[in-house]
Amino acid sequence: MANETVVSINTDTDVVAARQKGRELATALGFVSTDSTLLATAISELARNIIRYAKKGEILIASVQSGDRVGITVVARDNGPGIANISLAMQDGFSTSGGLGLGLPGVKRLMDEFHLVSDANNGTKVTIKKWKR
Amino acid sequence: MGDQKVKRSEDKGKDISPVRKIPPPDDESTVSLLRELVNHLRKNRTQLREEWARRITAAKLLGAMTSEEMFAEATSVYDNYVEVLETGAVEALQAYARDLSERIIPRGVETDEVVGIVLLLRDVLARSLFAKYQTDFQLLNRILDAYEPAANRIANTVAVGFVQERERIIRQQQEAIRELSTPVLQVRERLLILPIIGVIDSQRARQLTEQLLRGIRTNRAKVVVIDITGVAAMDATVANHLVQTVEASRLLGATVIVTGLSPEIAQTLVTIGVDLGKMNTVGDLQGGIEEAERLLGYKVTPFSEVSQQPI
Amino acid sequence: MEVPILKQGLYLIASIQAALSDVDLLHLRDALAEKVGKFRARGVIVDVTVLDVMDSFASRTLRDLAHMTRLRGAETVIVGIQPEVAFAMVQLGLTLEGVDTALDLEEGLAFLEKKTKRRTSRG
Repeated sequence: MANETVVSINTDTDVVAARQKGRELATALGFVSTDSTLLATAISELARNIIRYAKKGEILIASVQSGDRVGITVVARDNGPGIANISLAMQDGFSTSGGLGLGLPGVKRLMDEFHLVSDANNGTKVTIKKWKR
Repeated sequence: MGDQKVKRSEDKGKDISPVRKIPPPDDESTVSLLRELVNHLRKNRTQLREEWARRITAAKLLGAMTSEEMFAEATSVYDNYVEVLETGAVEALQAYARDLSERIIPRGVETDEVVGIVLLLRDVLARSLFAKYQTDFQLLNRILDAYEPAANRIANTVAVGFVQERERIIRQQQEAIRELSTPVLQVRERLLILPIIGVIDSQRARQLTEQLLRGIRTNRAKVVVIDITGVAAMDATVANHLVQTVEASRLLGATVIVTGLSPEIAQTLVTIGVDLGKMNTVGDLQGGIEEAERLLGYKVTPFSEVSQQPI
Repeated sequence: MEVPILKQGLYLIASIQAALSDVDLLHLRDALAEKVGKFRARGVIVDVTVLDVMDSFASRTLRDLAHMTRLRGAETVIVGIQPEVAFAMVQLGLTLEGVDTALDLEEGLAFLEKKTKRRTSRG
């Protein structure tokens, strides 16, 4: 039914692996090339956040279906320190600073759906979805 | 958006999951009842089909089709219907429903017609069961117990398949319209012009950017003139898209000149924090093209003497 | 995996062949910086045509690279960014500000020619 992969994120090679898996799935599902790239880029950013702030975590990539629409959902999870100020992190312009912040507003722009849950006890979980055009 | 489950009091709490398998008959007798029912429907195929076609015409459905076409489709639908009653294999029906929809939607057949004819078929077949088993009320009930869930599932599948196909086609058309309405023009070597007219929403803006970037690569453009004279109004989101387009074009080595900036739009851009000093803007399209040619190294002479040569 | 660096006159050209790990990209950055000094190169071209994703790390590293080479007297041009990669980059706010870019190798060379000529005529 659902095409699903989980990639453990520990090192930078995992970042590449995760985004390649994302691209593979997108291509297999018939996404246009541009959207595959957007997805792969978003996955890359989320994976990097995990490594930078939580040292390790995992990324789940799965196909989803709604009616006859097909899409991909990505869940980036970690048990790190959490995001202290979510509204600040999601402020546009925060991601365009030299340090590039968490890039979350950018990731949100790249995707069709975006959901963020984060606190000090449970770590961070970012869920994103992209639908096939 | 899941598909709709048909709520029936006879469901008995059975889980008719969206994975669309008709629940297999729970016992031998139901299996044999279904078989008997299917045989009856096959044996009486001709008259039942004709009865159905009559009802369709009486209900004034499928007016967009000729009677031959209607009859041909009716035959396929009938046979598929009976097949699914027999096998419970809905996938084949789904495929057929999509195929049928693809054929008839361009002919102008509407959703209510498709739902209508499938329900009429269900009625015609049900009536024929009443007629056959009218002397044995208990048996009739058992036959209906076998028939009804399956029949309703079929009606649902065909209707949903039709609606989904329509939605898919509409999305495709919208995409095509958007592409047509944003032409990227090559007017000179290394120079592209993108005149934007009308209302831009986020979707269109994105598509615009994608098309432009592809155009820059294909045409090896070094300068792009984006003319927004014809843009009605711009909100911050779209203004952002414009800025992103300029930035993305630069990554491909192209300079963007924005022309036709009305005072209102200039205000919007300033409000969202765009440094207009960084954006290359010129009053009108003509001026923009001249500036572009200057950047490309063409010697610009007054428009009355059209003769441009690279320096 | 090492990225081959070619010397063409006063320029160094690095053509990325396949997806690079972070470590490889950092190596490239350092190798180019070193070679610029060693050969007194005036310009550097990094061809990223093959890269199908450019994220914040790649962006930052390329900016560092341009900065480092400039400190050693060479101008860097990034060429070959794919349209959809550019699209994704700007959505994320990665604009490679301060780094010169060109469409492809040919354009990159033309750009460097113009830029370095300007420098010599000023000097």
